[in-house]
Amino acid sequence: MARLELKGVRKSFGGTPVIHDIDLAIDEGSFTVFVGPSGCGKSTLLRMIAGLEEVSAGEIHIDGARCDHLLPSARGMAMVFQSYALYPHMSIYENLRFGLVCQKTPKAEIKPRIERAADILQIAHLLDRKPAQLSGGQSQRVAIGRAIVKEPKAFLFDEPLSNLDAELRVKMRGEIVALHRRLGSTMIYVTHDQVEAMTMADTIVVLRNGRIEQSGTPAELYARPKNQFVAGFLGSPQMNMLSALGLQSGENRFSVSADGGRLRLQLPRLADATTGDLRCTLGIRPEHLELAEGGALRITVTAREFLGSETIVAGTLESGEALRASLRGAIDVRVGQSIAFDADPTHMHVFDQDGVALEIAEQPVIHAGMRRV
Amino acid sequence: MPSDDRLTVDPARPGGRRDALDAQAPHAPSHAFDDARRIARFRWSVRLTWLLLLGAIIGTLSGTGLDFSLIAKKLPFLLGAHLSPDGFIQGAPLTVLITVISITCCAVIGVLVAWGRMSSNPIGFAAATFYGSLFRGTPLMLQVLVIYLALPQVGIVMGPITSGVLALSLNYGAYLAETIRGGVLAVPHAQREAGRALGLSRHVIAWHVVAPQALRFIIPPAGSLFVSMLKDSSLVSLMGVWELNFLAQSYGRSTYRYMEMLVTAAAIYWVMSIVCELFQARLEKRYGRGFEPRTAL
Repeated sequence: MARLELKGVRKSFGGTPVIHDIDLAIDEGSFTVFVGPSGCGKSTLLRMIAGLEEVSAGEIHIDGARCDHLLPSARGMAMVFQSYALYPHMSIYENLRFGLVCQKTPKAEIKPRIERAADILQIAHLLDRKPAQLSGGQSQRVAIGRAIVKEPKAFLFDEPLSNLDAELRVKMRGEIVALHRRLGSTMIYVTHDQVEAMTMADTIVVLRNGRIEQSGTPAELYARPKNQFVAGFLGSPQMNMLSALGLQSGENRFSVSADGGRLRLQLPRLADATTGDLRCTLGIRPEHLELAEGGALRITVTAREFLGSETIVAGTLESGEALRASLRGAIDVRVGQSIAFDADPTHMHVFDQDGVALEIAEQPVIHAGMRRV
Repeated sequence: MPSDDRLTVDPARPGGRRDALDAQAPHAPSHAFDDARRIARFRWSVRLTWLLLLGAIIGTLSGTGLDFSLIAKKLPFLLGAHLSPDGFIQGAPLTVLITVISITCCAVIGVLVAWGRMSSNPIGFAAATFYGSLFRGTPLMLQVLVIYLALPQVGIVMGPITSGVLALSLNYGAYLAETIRGGVLAVPHAQREAGRALGLSRHVIAWHVVAPQALRFIIPPAGSLFVSMLKDSSLVSLMGVWELNFLAQSYGRSTYRYMEMLVTAAAIYWVMSIVCELFQARLEKRYGRGFEPRTAL
């Protein structure tokens, strides 16, 4: 197990910076997920930790020792690739054994290590086969096995499930989490799939354009996103973002009007704002909307997606803005129908013009609720 | 005849594909038997067609009044059963010797030039690309003549066999370098990275990870190059080397029976080419092991 620290890490390709001043501490034994859209630098960051990519500036420390100048072999990491990168000309047994032999692992240790990994991953029956004879899930297990036999300080996963079909992806997700629990090793996992991040991570690091937008537990990031990007990136379906006008009044409250002034609500006061008008964005997650006869948010339904356990209803507010609601069970609505929703103000998020979350003071809600004007 | 080992499709199905459901079907064994029977039938049809076409060629040539007694008399000489007047091998064995030496030298040159082509060193890269451009951009016959006839003008004198081997090696080395480079680049980059992540040295990655996989891409085109080299070795006859083509022309000239001698030489070249192709197919099969997915059969 290892504790990793990144201090002011930067990376440029040619003259183009792709990673900007990353400061990050990864706790020993944690499962940390780097998540973000394509091209945000998450794989580059992982490759720098592995030593496959040089650091342009800054430092990487493993267990307090600086390692950014070391070869990959000297860092004690094991990487699992998106393409598995199994050696097709070798049997599965040879794939697991090859790295150990080249690292001059004592002969007596090699077989027990392979047997242990094969037992953990349930691949003992595959050891005589060649990679071309394996399914996607089996190949993935072997790739992880090749990392396990190394007995590394940390495991690095680079989008390892993106080549698998949806059903297998869910299964392998569970297996990797179970493996983490069993081994207790530090694991860093890269994905662009926020569902994967939310379901697997102890800590999520959200990246955009080579910068950390926010890091924390899945619950923290879901409940208290620091900005509009994080709020919109995590959660499925995406958070609804409505143009709003905010007013901080002196009497410990913050009024927000949205949907062209048709919706008004009062939230606890802002922790750090002065009085006066404020152009802002109101964020409401689809799952925090509830059908209500006289609800404040009225939409004309444009689409309905029935998913069994939930129904996603999409529609247009009177202001012309789009709104999606995720409702439990089967909801019988038709396209063109007018329906109304209510939401609990404690679940609402307010973002300023720059997309930064406005911190709402932790105190009882005054006149909680929404009312339609 | 071409090797049956390379038959990887099921010709009796549209697009040559086996039905993936065959294995799960309730009567899978009979399906497997039907498939095996179809493949066997296909192979026998191929062999029969080859024999018919071969028979047609022999029949056509027989109709031209070939002197088979002359062929029988000269065949041992063409096959190298007798030594040349200066006591050296001649005919087909000399052709094979020139080809084998040329292939060996060509392989060394090809690897070095391919390495230069993939090098980040500008001098190595420039030298490799310049060499490749020069030897692929000029005719082989001209290269043979320059080495054998023009170089003595500047004091570099080589025997005809040495000149022939050098010309073939330099010319084919340029083509082989591109083949090797293509093969190495065809190995996914992740394979090298996985090696680095596993802590393997560059040398180990090159020889144990990249090379075995690259050979799968290199062998088919390299095999074709070597078969071409076998036939192009006939160009050394220009320098009076007593190899197969030279002997065939000489006997044709002395007996005024060109057809018999040239057809016999062609047949010997063809047989040697088939042997090369069979050897190539074996290599392809060996280095292709582990790359082919399991079939339903």
